[in-house]
Amino acid sequence: MKKLILSTAALALTAGLATAESHATTVRLGTEGAYPPFNFIDDNGEIAGFERELGDELCVRAEVTCEWVTNDWDSIIPNLVSGNYDVIIAGMSITDERDEVIDFTQNYTPPSNSAYVALSEDVDLENGIIAAQTATIQAAHVAEGSATLIEFATPDETIAAMKNGEADAVFADKDYLKPFVEETGEFYFVGEDVPLGGGVGMGLRESDTELKEKFNAAITSMKEDGTLNTMITKWFGDDAQTY
Amino acid sequence: MFAYCADPQSLEGLAWLSCYLTTGKHLLFYQSFAFIVALLLVTAPLALGVGFMGALATRSQFAPLRWIGTVYTSIVRGVPDIAFFLFMPLAIDQGLEWMRHKMRCPDWDEPIRQGSDFVVCASAKLPLSSSPQWVHEYYGVVLGMSAFAFVFGAFAAYVLAGAMNAVPRAQMETAEAYGMTRRQATWRILVPQMWVYALPGLSNLWMILIKATPLLFILGIEDVVYWARELGGRKTSAFDFPHPDWRLWYFLALLVFYLALTKVSEIGFSRLARRMSRGQATAAGVKEARA
Repeated sequence: MKKLILSTAALALTAGLATAESHATTVRLGTEGAYPPFNFIDDNGEIAGFERELGDELCVRAEVTCEWVTNDWDSIIPNLVSGNYDVIIAGMSITDERDEVIDFTQNYTPPSNSAYVALSEDVDLENGIIAAQTATIQAAHVAEGSATLIEFATPDETIAAMKNGEADAVFADKDYLKPFVEETGEFYFVGEDVPLGGGVGMGLRESDTELKEKFNAAITSMKEDGTLNTMITKWFGDDAQTY
Repeated sequence: MFAYCADPQSLEGLAWLSCYLTTGKHLLFYQSFAFIVALLLVTAPLALGVGFMGALATRSQFAPLRWIGTVYTSIVRGVPDIAFFLFMPLAIDQGLEWMRHKMRCPDWDEPIRQGSDFVVCASAKLPLSSSPQWVHEYYGVVLGMSAFAFVFGAFAAYVLAGAMNAVPRAQMETAEAYGMTRRQATWRILVPQMWVYALPGLSNLWMILIKATPLLFILGIEDVVYWARELGGRKTSAFDFPHPDWRLWYFLALLVFYLALTKVSEIGFSRLARRMSRGQATAAGVKEARA
């Protein structure tokens, strides 16, 4: 009898440990959910897009259980730092300013171009009004130049502002703008493409070095076996830059 | 939802629309309407309870309690709702985390406030970062509801205190003449009679509360406004049902929803007022008795 109790207790204890272990490795992935094709809420109300597919694969390779959450773009870094989730995977370009606050993994898309989109091809990009999403590298770039910057909380609103005539042009990632130009026929790419940022990476708290190394290794393995390139071409088209 | 929806590209007209309006995302949108109604049904009694205690506090014979009641109602009434709405959830959240931090991690040597960051140890987090997603969502909703109850409780306290003063003094004097204590007179005479005086003010508050529910959106809760904006935005072919900017139609739907909700409550309140006036020494009560 005594033996039975002891072994049950031991079993309960190890079971407890096992659940504690699996809880500890639940990684919460934070994304914006409003930036197709990087990440968006699909018609079933689920988070979808390039980063959803990539993130799920990376979690399998890094052997962690992942859970997806959405968060507004303008508070996405503060909420990572305060621990609401563990990783930002939201089309966030690696920049020095952000690197001072959080840490980045290596990039999982190559440094890419940003572009201007407008209703006609003869807008004044030098002195006009340019719409960009708040706290993006594109907004920072416009602010440095002579054009007037108006900022919006979501990328969707920047397009709407340009369509309404509130802004002369939108400045954003070319990968985000491409479907709008190709599918609507109302919008045009204007001016030169601008290379900005050091590619898109996952953002982590500076103290989370172990998790960062796990994801770095997973990204490397996806770069080596070509699965990352396949995924990039699938979501961003055949002319997208690959590794 | 329907079998013919499997290939959205091939659909047109009504078939397309029927599939579009029954996507999983739209079902979430419809659910959020029910969520708003449920939230109102929970928050309103909560705010009324807070208000009732506030009103009793402002009438209390015990001075410190009276001061608390007065300070509470005058501060909340004097500050914009939206400021309180941003402040309260943050203050409650950080306050609770601070207390848990002090209890669970006494030997933590780093400061809690590091610049603009609020850093507590992992086991003091609320909710714990290992808890499932729905806990995080409900926690946000509960914080939002407490902010509503706190703000609207102050207004309700003011309305109820006014209603208590409106009950004819003669009623209380009679109660005293029958030998009731102050407490007995309050509960048996004052409280049952005050509701008819409080009703117009309370119905007004209820309307304002209905109209204030979109404030949840600024707390990051996925309410009707969130889904309307999300669904209405221009959709490219990354989605199954591409469409141009339809936000106008979605916000119009919200407008209709809120109008319907306030209209229904107006009807409900006028019935309630008629019922409560019965047998009361008010103009409406006398009219009711004559009819």
